[in-house]
Amino acid sequence: MDLAFTKEEQAFREEVRAFFRDNVPPDTRRKLVEGRHLSKDEMVTWWRILNKKGWGVSHWPKQYGGTGWTSVQHYIFNEELQSYPAPQPLAFGVSMVGPVIYTFGNEEQKKKYLPRIANVDDWWCQGFSEPGSGSDLASLKTKAERRGDKWIINGQKTWTTLAQHADMIFCLCRTDASAKKQMGISFIVFPMKSKGVTVRPIQTIDGGHEVNEVFFDDVEVPVENLIGEENKGWDYAKFLLGNERTGIARVGVSKERLRRIRDLAGKVESSGKPIIQDAAFREKLAACEIELKALELTQLRVVADEGKHGKGKPNPASSVLKIKGSEIQQTTTELLMEVIGPFAAPYDVHGDDGSNEAMDWTAQIAPSYFNNRKVSIYGGSNEIQRNIIAKAVLGL
Amino acid sequence: MDFDLTEEQRLLKDSIDGLLTDSYDFESRKKYMKEKGGWSKAVWLKLAEQGLLGLPFSEADGGFGGGGVETMIVMEALGKALVLEPYLATVVIGGGFLRHAGSDAQKAAHVPGIVDGSKTLAFAQLEKNSRYDLFDVATTAKKKGDGWIIDGEKFVVLNGENADTLIVTARTKGSRRDTTGIGVFLVPADAKGVTKKSYPTQDGLHAADITFTGVEVGADAAIGNPDDSLALIERVVDEARVALCAEAVGLMDESLKTTVEYIKTRKQFGVAIGSFQSLQHRASDMFVATEQARSMSMFATMANDFEDAKERSNAIAAAKVQIGKSLKFVGQQSIQLHGGIGMTMEAKIGHYFKRLTMIENTFGDTDYHQRRVADSGGLI
Repeated sequence: MDLAFTKEEQAFREEVRAFFRDNVPPDTRRKLVEGRHLSKDEMVTWWRILNKKGWGVSHWPKQYGGTGWTSVQHYIFNEELQSYPAPQPLAFGVSMVGPVIYTFGNEEQKKKYLPRIANVDDWWCQGFSEPGSGSDLASLKTKAERRGDKWIINGQKTWTTLAQHADMIFCLCRTDASAKKQMGISFIVFPMKSKGVTVRPIQTIDGGHEVNEVFFDDVEVPVENLIGEENKGWDYAKFLLGNERTGIARVGVSKERLRRIRDLAGKVESSGKPIIQDAAFREKLAACEIELKALELTQLRVVADEGKHGKGKPNPASSVLKIKGSEIQQTTTELLMEVIGPFAAPYDVHGDDGSNEAMDWTAQIAPSYFNNRKVSIYGGSNEIQRNIIAKAVLGL
Repeated sequence: MDFDLTEEQRLLKDSIDGLLTDSYDFESRKKYMKEKGGWSKAVWLKLAEQGLLGLPFSEADGGFGGGGVETMIVMEALGKALVLEPYLATVVIGGGFLRHAGSDAQKAAHVPGIVDGSKTLAFAQLEKNSRYDLFDVATTAKKKGDGWIIDGEKFVVLNGENADTLIVTARTKGSRRDTTGIGVFLVPADAKGVTKKSYPTQDGLHAADITFTGVEVGADAAIGNPDDSLALIERVVDEARVALCAEAVGLMDESLKTTVEYIKTRKQFGVAIGSFQSLQHRASDMFVATEQARSMSMFATMANDFEDAKERSNAIAAAKVQIGKSLKFVGQQSIQLHGGIGMTMEAKIGHYFKRLTMIENTFGDTDYHQRRVADSGGLI
């Protein structure tokens, strides 16, 4: 057992850190620190910088543009990226559909889609959840019927993150209504500008527009847009969801936020002195830091295990990372609310355009707190994660 | 970065797990508890035979040169089997003082007896009002000729009843809460002026309250600098905290395992109660708590070797906080999920709960260590 990173790993960390310092647009960083939303342009600009460096799809196999890094290097990269902070690669393309395509897609599909995912020439979104199919995803009803050389798609998806920016969607569709619910699903991709696709925004409690409803009304999709085999979509969906493991803990994000809390708590006064001098507050902050340290170590255990023994089967420890990671993220936003106190209330009428300079550091704290309630809901709610632990680990 | 055990460490783990599986079932433990001082000499000698009592000592001192990871392995195993024998008091703490600051003569006098199992030690540190502050020492050691005269009262001295030698913290200078002027002394348990009141503790171990009245010891009794040994005490107690973290992880592992087995077999409403989601989620949360504790136990084990003393104690304090939170949850929920049977002395789960609970109140509880981390300026 050894906690230390090797010299090479430390040098790698320096390299990554320096690259972020020199290349992340300062305004992009500032907005992230303040918990603001980024524009499509800001995100794409950064991802293309990253891709040009060769780090856009770092965990992909080398032949498709990946880096060949060790699991420790991936961990370091993610941690530095999250804690700098810089925008994370667009998960829907890079972590989700990309790996499905290079693992299950045909040569033509790989050639057609993968480079465009890497350079975000296509912005991808995920068509999984439906109004009646959240945690029980396999009950989904969106239908794809084969008609000649086309799929005809009808139905509705929801919680479609950033669909308003998307060029492409990967969609779970029911292709065999008579089969057991997991067995009749296929994985189909198509352009968002196809005739019959309608995107309707959902405004969330933070006032933001991240998610959407997407309606399909007789959308015609060429048959070759099926990825892998017909009716095997559920397997690919499971593969996709299990693919993202250690990043889900978002240790770097919480680290950055805790540093910010400590910084702000040294400035904001409470009872005539900085709130950091309040013992009760300080202990709450320490409690959160300790939990995060434990999570970081748990994550390192998973990373080291993967490095040594390969990825193999999905590691149930990733459920621990999801549960604790989301809880800690939420606690950090609670602590920020506590620091800001009564100034949580003003509504940022200027939105995210940066024109409200006087309120910059306070304006997004309450929205960010509201927004972060999502992290224990998405990606398999924390209750679903507990089901997974109960079944896969404890054999209950 | 590596969290795997080496081949040798795996063998060590197998050997101690094997020994305890053979000699430490729940029924045997009840018998051992009734022996003098509350533990089994025969088991102790078996531990000696396997080299476990000499584990952390250097080969030059007659030991096996084991490090923190080896101690972690042993403590986890001892926790898992709910072992009563005084490994913490004798090998970890007593041995710790000798390893870190013992003179050659002191090591020669005490280490061989520890290694072969013939002698045990106890750490007389806690005082009536000191609570968790290691520097809060009212017991005095006054210079007399080359030696000292020790006066004072110490409480809840683990293994105090059986120990051959007591390691006593006493003040040579200054007043009760000064951080300097504290020494560490080796005192034979049968020295004139030592009186003991022994009793079983809540978790089935044995301890003693010990009074020192004009106890005379020689010049060779002081371990390290008799006027300035707080750093030494902190170092050794940090190691004891790390050991307790590992023991707690072993206890939590076994508590979780026992509880999950129970809810798989206990039937109500015609089904195993483990089929109910509320219980499944509770058990999952126990798993999460145990894994977080294991991570911090490993962290603390490795932190033991940090060069910077402040960084070391901060990391270990953080670990004790995580372990404290986890053990309370796992311990309490183990009883809850067992239902009525968990309340009985007959079921082993309650005994795990009691040991876990006492670990929380040993060498600083969750609040105490959380405050230390908070006041240190944080961990991130």
